[in-house]
Amino acid sequence: MSEIFVSILLLAGASFMVLAAIGIVRLPDLPTRMHASTKAGALGAMLIMAAVALHFADSAVVARAVAFIVFILLTAPIAAHVIGRAGYFTGIVLWGGTTKDELRERYDPDNHKLYSGLEERAARSTVPGVHDGSNQ
Amino acid sequence: MLDVAINAVYFMLSLALLFAFIRLTRGPSLADRVVALELIASVVVGYVGVHAIDTGVSSFLDVAIVIALTAFLAAIGFARFLERGGLKNE
Repeated sequence: MSEIFVSILLLAGASFMVLAAIGIVRLPDLPTRMHASTKAGALGAMLIMAAVALHFADSAVVARAVAFIVFILLTAPIAAHVIGRAGYFTGIVLWGGTTKDELRERYDPDNHKLYSGLEERAARSTVPGVHDGSNQ
Repeated sequence: MLDVAINAVYFMLSLALLFAFIRLTRGPSLADRVVALELIASVVVGYVGVHAIDTGVSSFLDVAIVIALTAFLAAIGFARFLERGGLKNE
């Protein structure tokens, strides 16, 4: 009975891995590729580790598998964010169908500072005549 | 039942590894290659888990944990290298 559950978990995990790999080949630019590979790839690895825990059904193995799943759950979003940020800062070409890039006018590529848009309003309300938010 | 599933999973993971290698060789920028390397690391972790089930040796899980840790550190290191004025394009 548990063999069936282990098989289902293994096949589901491998299917998510294949989906992530197809996405990484087929998708048009870095953010979409990163989106496919990190989410589906992490879910695939977590499902396979759940299958390992279910197959051995031993407290030491289950503890290690759960620790691995928690580790993946913590590090996969961090790695995705850091790579996407670095790719954006190094000037990757976004897909032609991208309709919204809110970071473009808010971000200063020289000092890597991100403006929220509220600095300008605050500066204007306190010091009249200041129109750029660069002086914070 | 489980043997068939394990063979199918080996095949699918090999397919995923092949696709990731295609992106690793073709990727136009270095960031694409880093993404492909991270996917390769998780596919290898999947291989290790399936092999642990296949052979019945649970110690392989330690290998999987170490691979995941080094892949995470490599991604962070590559990202810092890119951001702090490494190679710009290619």
